[in-house]
Amino acid sequence: MSTGPPLLRVSGLDAWYGDFQALFDVSVLVAEGEVVAIIGANGAGKSTLLGTVAGLLPRTAGSVTFDGRELAGMPAHRRVALGISMVPEGRRIFPSLSVEENLLVGAQARRPGPWTVAAVLELFPLLGDKRRRGGSQLSGGEQQALAIGRGLMANPRLLLLDEVSLGLAPIVVRRIYEALPAIRAAGTTVVLVEQDIGQALGAADRVYCLLEGRVALEGAPTELDRDRIAAAYFGVRA
Amino acid sequence: MTTANNLVQGLLLGGLYALFATGLSLMFGVMRLVNLAHGDFAILAAFLALVAVDGTGVHPLLTLAVVVPAMFVLGYLLQRGVLNRTVGGDGLAPVLVTFGLSIILQNLLLELFSADSRGLDAGAVEDTSLALGRLNVGWFPLLTLLTGAAVLAGLQLLLARTRLGRALRATSDDPEAAQLVGIDHRHAFAVATGLALATVAIAGIFLGIRTTFSPALGPTRLIFAFEAVIIGGLGSLWGTLAGGMVLGVAQTLGAQVSPGWGVLTGHLVFLAVLAFRPSGLFGKPVTT
Amino acid sequence: MTTLDPDRADPTQLDGAASGAAAGPPGRVEVERATMASRAGAVVALVALVVLATAPLWARTSVLRTLIGFLTLLALASMWNLLAGYAGLVSIGQQAYIGIGAYGLYWLSDSAGLDPFASVPLAALMAAVLSVPIAVLAFRLRGGYFAIGTWVIAEALRLLIANTTQLGGGSGVTITAVSGYDRQTRLYLTYWLAFAVGVGAVALTYLLLRRRLGLALTANRDSETGARSLGVDVYRVKLVVYVVAAFGCALAGAVIYLNLLRIQPDAAFSVNWSAFMIFIVVIGGVGTIEGPIVGAVLFFVVQETLAQYGSWYLILLGLIAVAVALRARHGLWGLVAERTGISLFPVRRRLKLPAPPAAGGSR
Repeated sequence: MSTGPPLLRVSGLDAWYGDFQALFDVSVLVAEGEVVAIIGANGAGKSTLLGTVAGLLPRTAGSVTFDGRELAGMPAHRRVALGISMVPEGRRIFPSLSVEENLLVGAQARRPGPWTVAAVLELFPLLGDKRRRGGSQLSGGEQQALAIGRGLMANPRLLLLDEVSLGLAPIVVRRIYEALPAIRAAGTTVVLVEQDIGQALGAADRVYCLLEGRVALEGAPTELDRDRIAAAYFGVRA
Repeated sequence: MTTANNLVQGLLLGGLYALFATGLSLMFGVMRLVNLAHGDFAILAAFLALVAVDGTGVHPLLTLAVVVPAMFVLGYLLQRGVLNRTVGGDGLAPVLVTFGLSIILQNLLLELFSADSRGLDAGAVEDTSLALGRLNVGWFPLLTLLTGAAVLAGLQLLLARTRLGRALRATSDDPEAAQLVGIDHRHAFAVATGLALATVAIAGIFLGIRTTFSPALGPTRLIFAFEAVIIGGLGSLWGTLAGGMVLGVAQTLGAQVSPGWGVLTGHLVFLAVLAFRPSGLFGKPVTT
Repeated sequence: MTTLDPDRADPTQLDGAASGAAAGPPGRVEVERATMASRAGAVVALVALVVLATAPLWARTSVLRTLIGFLTLLALASMWNLLAGYAGLVSIGQQAYIGIGAYGLYWLSDSAGLDPFASVPLAALMAAVLSVPIAVLAFRLRGGYFAIGTWVIAEALRLLIANTTQLGGGSGVTITAVSGYDRQTRLYLTYWLAFAVGVGAVALTYLLLRRRLGLALTANRDSETGARSLGVDVYRVKLVVYVVAAFGCALAGAVIYLNLLRIQPDAAFSVNWSAFMIFIVVIGGVGTIEGPIVGAVLFFVVQETLAQYGSWYLILLGLIAVAVALRARHGLWGLVAERTGISLFPVRRRLKLPAPPAAGGSR
């Protein structure tokens, strides 16, 4: 855990999908080196929050600053060059590209850093012998590993993981999360969105819980008990 | 014997058609965008070459060095400035905008150059031929075929081996995910269109040398390019060459039977492929 | 102003007028079709109809011929509007059916000896029958490739006829069967046919839309998936619309050449017909019923005044069409309708929202 100015500061964020407002006055702080988890029920706005930070949502109000720099209006691809990399929900690896090419294209922004194809394959050995395979020929877990690897190839300062456990067997999810310490050790800050509360609490330094587009709860996992989390998650008023 | 010659002519003609079809295929592959002004841009290139030749007296093939980069830039700006706004969404806008562009281009050329047929004089190379046994193989048509194959090979290499190629393929798969890895998809689209127009410029100049051209010739070139793509099969660049050759052979053999039946035979072969093998001769199976 | 995503395959489209949602009785939501403005518009339309219907009584021959041209062009534009605006089929090959209508007319009246005026609907019927196998072929292509495919088919037909000596080959044919009628009767009958075809085409699009056949399918695949999930047989809808449009275009084509009498394959099957249809509908407003009317009037005015400038006028038309396609998706009529809420042919059902407790209403 580090002290000092936050790497990512989201203040008073409102976000819309077309006419539908998904986020209301959301404020989130992420310090460099932290792992922060965003949890919440379906439709709570977790992915919207990540998408806004990544630069995919066109209509927002409020402020998102990265390393002190206001991001409003900056297109997604330029944020990658700044050091923000998102692993999107549903993996979304490129089916026309092989495993190796998927990783290579992740380095499009050409940022310097420890992550190379070799380093990623060391992190996820299961991908090793599948280098030449087409992206669409992998299993769900392999695709998720590949997507994370692709995100790492951008050598980000901030890695955004959107629902990496979705649709995967628990044992596969565990193996994915086992990679997290190595990612932290390389100096990357991680914000992850998770439906699996157990994994989220186990991996994160701090947790935010969203409910219907608002922040309902925040704190370290040790500070929060089941009841408070359940109340914030489901919106049950005591 | 004439049939054998015509067969060869048709195969060589296929090289020209493949040159035309490459750009159309590329734009569709990357952006699902069909440029109805595709043929008109080829004619534009031919006229640009004409201006260069008239102005400086250089050999038409040398104008490639100037016209091709110019057309690349034009394609880039066109995509960036106009066509990027039509990608995605309903399919109406790209057809309308490019159709409008086609009309604008044709009439602009008409105003600037009049409806007269023009030609690019490449000198001796146009008329000489190679005698292979009893067959007469024209040098220039052979050159056209080789150029077509080279362009296709070059494009294939670009897409498969280079950083830019990977970016183009990734963008065509999923433009949003491509943004997330740092690809500027608007730039990628524009490069694709630039490449498309660059290749069709080569086609236009070769056409201008091989035969005469006039402002209204664009649409038929578009149709031949399209037929070559469909006959060959979507998603296969080499299939486009094969498709071009099939079309070329159909047209020349049809014209041999009766002069008015050349182009029509090509249409009928196209329709037959559409009826009996919609995925084309070498294409990937059609998914509806 | 409340607007919903136009790509939603929802037959009941909510319309927000600039004047805001009308306040109905508290607590109840009502659906109404007509507004004050549209009632006024309907009166104007009725007057215009009467004037047009009685034209042979008050107009000169040249004016009648111009009106025939206008009415048939209106019919063609309405058909293209039906294809593109309601079925998501962007065709640049409708000239195939214009040609079939024209040559069908010739063949039925001059060769087979039928009455030329009766041959018009029969020729259109022939076209409708032929359009089915054509549709089966063309529907294997999508989007822009579908568009070119329709063009190729029209070209194939053109060349086939140009190579058929019995139909006049490349130099064309002249309809002589009308010589049994005196000039005035022939002109009047042709005019009323054109009137019927033009008005009928517009009325047809109105009726189809009311019957929910118009699901505002777009060429975008997603809207088709949405429609399919509502239980709509998308293929059948498209086929029906395509056949109807073929019939309508052939009707118009037959009347056009009944008026012109001289048919040449290069003219009858010319892609310029598609260019005109597209310009009219795009500039007038795709997917609206008033759009083709507005566009046809505008096109005619422009053509009369600017045609002398040759290619520049076509360049101008092209630029306007491109600008409209990029900026004003619903054309000129769309701009007017959005500002004023006028709808001459109210097919969109408007929701009368219950009066809200506080003033302000919808966002």
